[in-house]
Amino acid sequence: MGGVGRATSIDAAGRAPRRPAARRRGDGAPRGGGLRRAEARAAWLFIAPWVIGFVVFTAGPMIASLYLSFTEYDVLRPPKPVGLDNYAQLLQDPRLRVSLWNSFFYTALFVPLATLVALCLALLLDRVHRAAGFFRTVFYLPSLTPTVAVGALFLWILNPNVGLINRGLALVGIDGPAWTTDPTWIKPGLVLMSLWSLGGTVVIYYAALRGVPVTLYEAARIEGASAWQEFRHVTLPLISGAIFFTLIVNTIAALQIFDEVYTMYFGQMESGAASNAALFYVIYLFRQAFEFLHMGYASAMAWLLFVLIMLLTAIQLRLSRRWVYYEGR
Amino acid sequence: MTARHRTPKLQLPSRPAVPAAAPSRLRTVWRAVALALLAVALLPAAHGQQLEASGALRVLGFGLPDEIATERVALFEESYPDVDLQLTEGSIDQQQLLTAIASGNPPDVVYLNRADLSTYATRGAVQPLGQCLQDAGMDMGQFREAAVQEVTVDGEVYGVPDFYTVIVLVLNTAALEEAGISVDEFSTSDWEQLAQWNQALTRNEDGLTRIGFDPKLPEFFPLWVRANGGQLLSDDGRTALLDSPEAVEALEFAAGLHEPAGGRAPFMAFRDTWDFFGAGNQMASDQLAAFPIEQWYVNVLSDVSPDAPIAVKAFTDRQGDPLTYATGSAWAIPTGAANPEAACAFVTTMSSPEAWERAGRARAQLRAEAGGTYTGTYTGNSVADEVIFGELVQPSGDAKFDDAVQVILSVQDAAFSIPANPAGAEFRQAWTDAVNRVLNGEQSAQEALDQAQQEAQAALDAAWEE
Repeated sequence: MGGVGRATSIDAAGRAPRRPAARRRGDGAPRGGGLRRAEARAAWLFIAPWVIGFVVFTAGPMIASLYLSFTEYDVLRPPKPVGLDNYAQLLQDPRLRVSLWNSFFYTALFVPLATLVALCLALLLDRVHRAAGFFRTVFYLPSLTPTVAVGALFLWILNPNVGLINRGLALVGIDGPAWTTDPTWIKPGLVLMSLWSLGGTVVIYYAALRGVPVTLYEAARIEGASAWQEFRHVTLPLISGAIFFTLIVNTIAALQIFDEVYTMYFGQMESGAASNAALFYVIYLFRQAFEFLHMGYASAMAWLLFVLIMLLTAIQLRLSRRWVYYEGR
Repeated sequence: MTARHRTPKLQLPSRPAVPAAAPSRLRTVWRAVALALLAVALLPAAHGQQLEASGALRVLGFGLPDEIATERVALFEESYPDVDLQLTEGSIDQQQLLTAIASGNPPDVVYLNRADLSTYATRGAVQPLGQCLQDAGMDMGQFREAAVQEVTVDGEVYGVPDFYTVIVLVLNTAALEEAGISVDEFSTSDWEQLAQWNQALTRNEDGLTRIGFDPKLPEFFPLWVRANGGQLLSDDGRTALLDSPEAVEALEFAAGLHEPAGGRAPFMAFRDTWDFFGAGNQMASDQLAAFPIEQWYVNVLSDVSPDAPIAVKAFTDRQGDPLTYATGSAWAIPTGAANPEAACAFVTTMSSPEAWERAGRARAQLRAEAGGTYTGTYTGNSVADEVIFGELVQPSGDAKFDDAVQVILSVQDAAFSIPANPAGAEFRQAWTDAVNRVLNGEQSAQEALDQAQQEAQAALDAAWEE
């Protein structure tokens, strides 16, 4: 997907489209500054809704939170500048370390598993010819479930005594773990829950699979490639752009998980078992901001997360050069 | 307020609200006389004065889910027809309140958890109500002491208490009978005995099918500490006392009550399966033998499983004295409220004895029409309680629920609350996390509470300093 995005931008904004304009200018064609200004105005007008939305709802709050991260601010009184105190406190806060560890552990577990499961489901979908639309809808539908409802639902599905998962495991003689009450199993349980909402990733992989030229498979078969070799040397490289895109998006989403976990373990009925095990970074950030009224500290936490996500994304981008194939280059 | 407020009719309670264990007839008469005198003394102050109020009044955090809410609001609207009342329904949303205050557009009245009020009061986000109460002629002496303590910061009252939730013991009499334990003898005073009863009442042969005694941790940890002679916070709200020997011993004991069930994880896994608000609840289904719980749960049981074999008793401290932990809501007026006059009229009307009486009558009538019994509303206002439980609440004919009402009333004044402090949420989080660390086997009680003490004291120091 990232590959598709880059190829498109090159096509749209690269040298080729500019050349005719340059030629026109060189030819001294009657293309006055007035017309260019009119075009520019029109362009700004078209992108204005996005620019205004970005400035007001994204860039503005980000700048405000950067300022607040250097203050002590409880929302109720004006912020007081405290220099780097909030950032120094980040280094000493044991709960922050717990929440960071929880978030990264969950991400490390969820992202590869989600990629694998979504890819398997997409491959299955790709094989289905009759009622393909029906199955695509079925796979995507769970993604539309409100996250709060997913949290409430999975409290039951994961219940160690009467939950569907442990009942299923019991059928094959496995005594399932206490997914919701044993701190060791809470995060794996949450990973299982998150697989419920994989519809978006499945659809992206499915679209990528449909885009792989049939001729390549035909050539591979002529060369005597096995099904695995076809997958490994034809399918995977050609959908690697889509895989890379979902890796980045799912990593960011996993590091910011909030709704479902807050519903399950921190809402009206705070679960003791999960007080540390499910204390994810954004949940801790929310509590600091809106329960403990440490908005300045919470802002510093938000910037730390932003920097960590940027670093992680940069590393992923760097590594992608080794395994992501872009048809456009 | 209205003429109705100014010329109250004296209503003698039909029966004593707080019966002694075996009151003599003479004592009963004296008590009735004393209550009547108290009521006469407090009524003028309780009923208050009609205030000058008009214009729009925005209230945040209060909905109209039932007649207890609608009737009180109706009384206000009749008393102050020139006020345009605008309710933002639903329970309080901290984000909504904070952003409203931060944007300089606070509501006129906010309805919130009493435990959270001091956080706003110490930061100047809500107004002291001294002048309002004086103008309205409302005497805080009519409210329960534990409730008043929660809304008072540095001697100033910042909120008007609304509702009063206390904790009582609910017993599964069938389970006790099966184990040969007398309901009359069962109490939480002798901890060694309680641990033995817990063991005897737990059914855990082929998987856990009944919990003997649920100590309700971490939420009722303050109750266990108090029962052991300690407290979590000094009376002035400035010094955490989480690592006291009483607190450590209480946590060790209460956490140990999970052991017959196999530990915290199986205990919670089983508890999560209960149909807590349904006809197949844990008492009706014999999944629990005894637990402390907020008094409103008795109403749930009377509604959904009236035939469940239950008895209600007072939670007792280690000396055998009744003890309970009170919580509830409060009305407060944010600083910068656009219509403070109407806000004052609203908060003093909503918690007035007239408002509660009217609400109680409506509920009693509705319950009677539905063939049920009104079991009372615990208001936090002792004058209102006298009317509700002296006149409106009638024996249901079901001894266990009638006795339960008397037990709940008997512990109203044996209640304590966490002193008001500006770090309410952080303080609560510190001891909650400590209890959870012990329950999860991560730390000993001493280690967990030592850590919690440091965290809580740091939060208190920082909050008081600000």
